[in-house]
Amino acid sequence: MTMEKTYYNPADLKKFGNVGEFQKELADKFFDYYGTVFADSALSSREKSLIALAVAHAVQCPYCIDAYTEESLEKGYSEEQMMEAVHVATAIRGGASLVHGVQMMNKVDKLSM
Amino acid sequence: MKSLIAQSHSLSDPDVQIDVINNHNDKVKSLDKFEKKLDEIGLLPLKPTGIEIFQINVGYMCNMTCKHCHVDAGPDRKEIMTKETLQYCLDALTDSDIQTVDLTGGAPEMNPYFRWFVDEVSKLGKHIIVRSNLTILDTRKFEDLPQFMADRGVEITCSLPFYSKRRTDMQRGEGTYDKSMKVLKILNEIGYGKEETGLQLNLVYNPVGAFLPPDQESLREDYKERLWNDHGIVFNDLFTITNLPISRYLHFLVMSDNLEEYMEKLITSFNPSAAMGVMCRNTISIGWDGSLYDCDFNQMLKIKTNHGAPNHIKNWDLKKLNSREIVVNQHCFGCTAGAGSSCGGAVT
Ligand code: SF4
Ligand code: SF4
Repeated sequence: MTMEKTYYNPADLKKFGNVGEFQKELADKFFDYYGTVFADSALSSREKSLIALAVAHAVQCPYCIDAYTEESLEKGYSEEQMMEAVHVATAIRGGASLVHGVQMMNKVDKLSM
Repeated sequence: MKSLIAQSHSLSDPDVQIDVINNHNDKVKSLDKFEKKLDEIGLLPLKPTGIEIFQINVGYMCNMTCKHCHVDAGPDRKEIMTKETLQYCLDALTDSDIQTVDLTGGAPEMNPYFRWFVDEVSKLGKHIIVRSNLTILDTRKFEDLPQFMADRGVEITCSLPFYSKRRTDMQRGEGTYDKSMKVLKILNEIGYGKEETGLQLNLVYNPVGAFLPPDQESLREDYKERLWNDHGIVFNDLFTITNLPISRYLHFLVMSDNLEEYMEKLITSFNPSAAMGVMCRNTISIGWDGSLYDCDFNQMLKIKTNHGAPNHIKNWDLKKLNSREIVVNQHCFGCTAGAGSSCGGAVT
């Protein structure tokens, strides 16, 4: 098989299950776990799909963004709700950088006269 | 926007549509056939459970041209059921104990004999459902129809593809959402959608794009909350309907390069219990010219009732129709995906 000329190919998402070809036991455990995580439980699978959409943006995984955008539409979320979820991811990411500004300030204090 | 047929588009031809959903590319060609899936669960040949719903498509004319329309309806469509054919329908109904008459189109209200026919059917004591696009009721000519239908206890089932303006207008045209809200309020004012009146008002959701519908129950709650909070609107039920890959929706799938994935999705989501409940098993569809079909989708593909059953209302024979074999093809996967889909929403 020839190598792709790009790092990401949308068609590869469907091949996700193939990771089991190189290490079946761990893949089986992972997919079993994955299925359980997304099942209706204390949180509904609907709520979990929106969390997944936000996390997909935080980890910037194009496969997950494709998958959970479609999933969120199929769970009945509106465009506004989906974009607000992305903003939650963005706010946490941005906040995580900015809150380190306190550490910088502490260090400045320590080094200053 | 014009209908595909008025554009002389190749996809307005049912044979081309059937070819595309079977042979679009090597991948689509390699997908499982609907008949094979039915056979695996012992449902082939697919037989009716008994006709309970008499669905008449009274014409393909419509004041709208929605992007996903499986009828390819629009103002440029001139196919309208004549009074003579409507009379054949009445004759068939008089002779049978079918209780529900479902009027669809196009915009069924635009048939010039609509009022006469509704009157005649209600005299027979049948339950009438009118599939309305709502916007037609916001025009001068038809603004008295809500009261007319209320007086005859007609059930109104109307399209509202989403509770937000953006997505509704994207599919049905700019301004549709606002007009729909206006008409829903009028319907509420005369008692539609309110438990105590018995005047049934149902909404129909269908995906605005190449994806499957959400869970019907949870979406109904979302619609109820949003329409009440944003507009003070109430309704009885919400039906989620899957888009079948035919006509203008098929055109969208092909143009947006979504066909292969959509077909694959429908097929991998095949649900045997949804297959048990497909609507052709309890419905007969009558075309504007009196031809008989297993459903409104087969009607648009010009696939008439077959296997020895009559195929025109003039030759109505309930016994033969109840023992017919339903004609299926790859578009049928739209009825069996996930929770299933019918004119009354999810089937599981
Ligand atoms: S979907 Fe309904 S309202 Fe829209 S064009 Fe078709 S028949 Fe008319
Ligand atoms: S498309 Fe028509 S014939 Fe096919 S399964 Fe659906 S209702 Fe039945």
